[in-house]
Amino acid sequence: MSASLAARSWQPSSMFGGRWQRRTLLFAFAAYCVWSIGDLAIDHARVMRGFGRAADMLARMWPPDFSRWELLGRGMLESVQMAIASSVIGAVFCVPIALCAARNLAPAPVYVAARALIVVGRTFHEVIVAILFVKLFGFGAVAGMLTLAFSSAVFLAKMIAEDIENVRPGPVEAMRATGARFGQVVVFGIVPQVVVRALGVFIYRIDANLRHSTVIGIVGAGGIGQTLAASFTRYDYDFSAAILLCIAALVALGEWFSDHVRRRLR
Amino acid sequence: MEGGEAPLPGGAGEKRERLRVESLTKVYPTGKRALDGVDFTIREPGVVAVIGSSGAGKSTFIRCVNRLVEPTAGRILLDGVDLVGLDRAGLRAARRRIGMIFQEFNLVERLTVMENVLAGRLGHVGLVDTLRRRFAPADVDAAFDLLERVGLEGFHDRRADALSGGQRQRVGIARALIQRPDLLLVDEPTASLDPRTARQIMRLVRELAVERATPAIVNLHDVALAREFADRVVGFSAGRIVFDDAPVALDDSTLDRIYGGENWHAPPEDDPPSTSSGARPTTLDDAGA
Ligand SMILES: Nc1ncnc2c1ncn2[C@@H]1O[C@H](COP(=O)(O)OP(=O)(O)OP(=O)(O)O)[C@@H](O)[C@H]1O
Ligand SMILES: [Mg+2]
Repeated sequence: MSASLAARSWQPSSMFGGRWQRRTLLFAFAAYCVWSIGDLAIDHARVMRGFGRAADMLARMWPPDFSRWELLGRGMLESVQMAIASSVIGAVFCVPIALCAARNLAPAPVYVAARALIVVGRTFHEVIVAILFVKLFGFGAVAGMLTLAFSSAVFLAKMIAEDIENVRPGPVEAMRATGARFGQVVVFGIVPQVVVRALGVFIYRIDANLRHSTVIGIVGAGGIGQTLAASFTRYDYDFSAAILLCIAALVALGEWFSDHVRRRLR
Repeated sequence: MEGGEAPLPGGAGEKRERLRVESLTKVYPTGKRALDGVDFTIREPGVVAVIGSSGAGKSTFIRCVNRLVEPTAGRILLDGVDLVGLDRAGLRAARRRIGMIFQEFNLVERLTVMENVLAGRLGHVGLVDTLRRRFAPADVDAAFDLLERVGLEGFHDRRADALSGGQRQRVGIARALIQRPDLLLVDEPTASLDPRTARQIMRLVRELAVERATPAIVNLHDVALAREFADRVVGFSAGRIVFDDAPVALDDSTLDRIYGGENWHAPPEDDPPSTSSGARPTTLDDAGA
């Protein structure tokens, strides 16, 4: 409005700048949507055929076939074991990485090296790492476990390093002023400030590993995913359905557990 | 402790130098010369109050003594040993003998009162025992005694974040004293506390320093507190000592010398961003009263 005498106007600053900038952005976005839908060259016939096959597949999936429950159980157990073992291994290895990746603790070269490791580790999705480890260590749960342990260590290290960088510096300084060694400063000054959140992240990671462990099996890294992939290749869709139901149940259980435990931490 | 006189009281003869600071200089990476050739000696126990306006270099001075801030030049002799040249192990050993008390208490909030107090003994404990929170029985005993002494009997299993400001500072005091220090460094112990609690805390610091015959350097923003609780007052201005005498010698003209000059004319960027500089006028009013 114009400069009226009494009321001075004020507007919250927008994330996208002024009104014209906002309109331009909106227009550009709409134009992009139109262009990309046209450009994708969607083959309608193929999409329709896919739907047809989906109906066929769903029909063959029903009823789910639990008769090979032994195979199913073994796969599930392997997945759970993979998830838990890899979480624990990851938790052990994340500690030194996290300490090295905290700017307020590590000297600059160590910090840069640790951060580089984290960036590299997080660049590649679990599935890609799993493909690599399957090539290195052969098919099976070992490759899967190493995959998840590696990505857990990197993930946990990143989260914990960030928490370490945000600790209150005062208590840490007070510990140093008593003549404590570096390790003692960490144990007394830093661990108490980060441990609860770190535990929460760890629990979350077990849950995530459970989900990942069902996926990486598909590239041959053991667990229920491998069983699932095999059933698909053999067109045993009713068995696949049984596996999928079990995975869903397992993931739901993991999520419930993770939420439950993290709510009780504080 | 009687009347409080710092430099060689008559008849005492050559006194052992407990702390000797020689031409201590600190230039921060920003180029700020926070300390500019400070000479300072403590020969006897008692409370030395350090006063001066915000940015005068009080905190820098105190933190240079135990090398939380690395001095640019000068010597710091604690019982004859130069702390400036020490390697890491030597520095740790020296820090064990220097207790420090902070404005923000700097307790580890998730630990109990007992753990916070015992943290003062970390310099005497191995890493494994640190992990297991195992301290010598004598240390635990001393911690109970100290908690009683600072008025926190029965608080040992409370978590530090469940305490009031005054109680936290008492824990901070116990943590410093369980080191059995030869020197206490105290940086504005009362600035986060209400006036009544502030006086209680200062009284406690003074009593303990006297009881244990430990010299204490106490940064204070409040001239009235310095007058009441110190044996000796040192005035800082722009990184130099401009006053060093008994509290009775503090009159308006010396206060002008300490707080005047620089601070009235200094550009505001000279002030550190997060200080209690708002307290400055009150302090002067108090002093005048
Ligand atoms: N880490 C730092 N880096 C750069 N300059 C600093 C740093 N710490 C302090 N200074 C500067 O050094 C000068 C002295 O600071 P110092 O904290 O010692 O003052 P002070 O007397 O304790 O002040 P206050 O009474 O406000 O606590 C100030 O100008 C401050 O801005
Ligand atoms: Mg200060």
